[in-house]
Amino acid sequence: MENSLDPAPPLLEVRGISKSFGAVRALQEVDFTLRAGEIHALLGENGAGKSTLIKVVTGVFPRDAGVVRLGGDEVAPRSAKAALDAGIATVYQEVNLLPNLSVAQNLFLDRQPMRFGIVREGEMRRRAKALLTGFGLDIDVAAPLGNYSVAIQHVTAIARAVDLSARVLILDEPTASLDRHEVEILFGIMRQLAKRGIGIVFVSHFLDQVYEISDRITVLRNGRLVGERETASLQRLELIRMMLGRELAETTSARAAASDRPPREVCASFENYGKAGYVAPFNLELRHGEVVGLAGLLGSGRTETARLVFGAERSDDGQARVEGAPVRLQSPRDGVRHGFGYCPEERKTDGIVAELTVRENIVLALQAKRGLHRPLSRREQDEIAKRYVKMLDIRPPDPERPVGLLSGGNQQKALLARWLATSPRLLVLDEPTRGIDVGAHAEIIRLIRELCDDGLALLVISSELDEIVTYSDRVIVLRDRAHVEELAGETIDVTNILAAIAADGAAMQEARA
Amino acid sequence: MTMLLPRRGLAQILALIVILAADRVVSPQFFDLRLQDGRLFGSLIDVLNRGTPVALLSLGMVLVIATRGIDLSVGAVMAICGAIAASLADTHSLPVVLAAALGAGLVCGLWNGFLVAVLGMQPIVATLILMVAGRGIAQLITEGRIVTFTSPDLVWLGTGAILGVPVPIVIALGMLILTGAVVRGSALGLLIEATGGNARASELAGVGTRAMILAVYVWCGVCAALAGVIAAADIMGADANNAGLWLELDAILAVVIGGTSLFGGRFSLVLAVLGALIIQTMNTGILLSGYPPEFNLLVKAVVVLAVLLLQSPKLSGFAGIMARLRRAKP
Repeated sequence: MENSLDPAPPLLEVRGISKSFGAVRALQEVDFTLRAGEIHALLGENGAGKSTLIKVVTGVFPRDAGVVRLGGDEVAPRSAKAALDAGIATVYQEVNLLPNLSVAQNLFLDRQPMRFGIVREGEMRRRAKALLTGFGLDIDVAAPLGNYSVAIQHVTAIARAVDLSARVLILDEPTASLDRHEVEILFGIMRQLAKRGIGIVFVSHFLDQVYEISDRITVLRNGRLVGERETASLQRLELIRMMLGRELAETTSARAAASDRPPREVCASFENYGKAGYVAPFNLELRHGEVVGLAGLLGSGRTETARLVFGAERSDDGQARVEGAPVRLQSPRDGVRHGFGYCPEERKTDGIVAELTVRENIVLALQAKRGLHRPLSRREQDEIAKRYVKMLDIRPPDPERPVGLLSGGNQQKALLARWLATSPRLLVLDEPTRGIDVGAHAEIIRLIRELCDDGLALLVISSELDEIVTYSDRVIVLRDRAHVEELAGETIDVTNILAAIAADGAAMQEARA
Repeated sequence: MTMLLPRRGLAQILALIVILAADRVVSPQFFDLRLQDGRLFGSLIDVLNRGTPVALLSLGMVLVIATRGIDLSVGAVMAICGAIAASLADTHSLPVVLAAALGAGLVCGLWNGFLVAVLGMQPIVATLILMVAGRGIAQLITEGRIVTFTSPDLVWLGTGAILGVPVPIVIALGMLILTGAVVRGSALGLLIEATGGNARASELAGVGTRAMILAVYVWCGVCAALAGVIAAADIMGADANNAGLWLELDAILAVVIGGTSLFGGRFSLVLAVLGALIIQTMNTGILLSGYPPEFNLLVKAVVVLAVLLLQSPKLSGFAGIMARLRRAKP
């Protein structure tokens, strides 16, 4: 019923947008089309490029290539304010209004009704009241915005945007901190706005909500457009495949053949290990010389599992064992003491110490493990740094360069070196290949295999399913903060993983139909 | 020990030389030294001697700032410890007096460290508490009076000399060497810099970031205690209202002039002490010049601005471009 006889140009048309940050290509020739009156979900895992796309379209980041047309006319906003003036409004997850001002003042900030240079408070409140009533909200507009729930703050932000004659409304994870009832209210408002001809971009990682509210779906992965589909005709399994898998490339486990080796010794085991409201209790055995992959969607409990295993988060139940002996993991220090290492997902905030040199970053964990009174001499530090810079091919090969000046891939290698220097028995890698260029990507996967062959136990999280399939001996699938399936040997392939991730959703869709 | 004086000390050394030269202009006898009663006298010695309290404070402050913290209470801690030393001086032996004063400084540091490291309070707020309360505590100790003493042992700490060098200077130098040895001789320096550079990442790498933070506040308290004792010994009395007043600001200034960022991370002990000396050289120079001391504040501001401009990444970027151009020419 669409696109056939529609002479009018789409409301928002994005063509061939590219954007790089240094060597990392965040967006590559991405297209996106938003029609008037539709709710369009923009989906993808962390790092897929959703935020970058929004920021490029709204002028927060300058773009490297491509055009943006609004109602057929090319626009190139230089700032979020300019985008707003053009008619593209964005409401972020963290509402960026002023909680200490009244609701009315927030709604009319910068454009208060004035007479003789004085703000007409009464008039402003009347208009605010009328505006919010249109959104089904009956609240005291004179009260500070901060007194109200996040949901009402969201609606206020949306009302302000719409009243500023926005034609395109971008909602970035608007439901992340709302409860079920508030989500219903928000969806009601979204539908109402769509009826008035406003185009809404809905960014969310809650697939149930996406199916409930959206008309069409655009999926990004690794900065590229994967596809644009009608929501009604897109199976959930297919959607997850678009988000995680590679098109049709049915990789099988390269390690499957090795799976009939004699079972290896258990390195660390976790029994009924979990934390309420964080990740459901799980059983997990990690063996020497074995790679265990953790697969699942964003927010499924992968990172949470990794942090519990390493000791960055305390479990409130269960028993951890290292080489068979019961241990307590209360802090990262405990994890490090027992020979664990953890490369976190957020390299910049949780991984590197940007200001310190490559050498200092590499020796940091080893030094922390040895303690204050046993400092590594400068010569030992130089030797360690030199060895790993060479072994992992860190570039530029200058151990005295601040690590913050290195590319993402080389920072990741420096982090790996930090842990390898401690001669760990278990390494936990959270998205080790995220945001790094293709060459380094392949190298890191090669490294993971080599480390494993050297007898290290590895627990690896990745959103790249084909990647997980390539190096994993076993794959644990997570959904809704619980371990739901374990695949081993020949059963490891992208199809099976996708099926396990989607199982619950498919059941729910059937129930709804 | 090359790490004590990194390459980046050039700006500070230049600034000190310029100020010394200016001092020489306003006071021709500035570099004169004479030996009298077994003690060296002269403007240079005066600068070092007067600069001792701030130099000691900056030794502790630079470590605190390296962890991305700040300690506003050091002036008040000086007053507390000076008051304790003065109250005990005439009735107890010097070791007891010192132990009591330094112990009090240690407790003050533990308190600050507890608030910041364990309770997670913002350093500026946490240490503000003791900055305000500390002066009250000091006044309670002195019962609101200026406590004077005559104990020759304690007076010697302030005015005596070892091989002609005034004792305070020897103490400050000793503390610099001791702190340097502890910090760079162990892994403390690296772990402090890592904690200040990125506490979350350091924690995940197994660094005991809380212990680091606690340790630097304790050391800062001990340094402040020593500064307080020396200040009291110098005037043979303790004035709870004025001892160490506003010196926390001079100490922070010294650290900043020494090139340590308030955002934490890399630090240099030697340059922080050099910063303290730069401040004192200015103070002394203005006193000698006969200008009213009010000018002191203005001149200080100008010099600080100049040193910071020399350090600013934009300007050194400019200097770097110039250097590259020069290299490219031949």
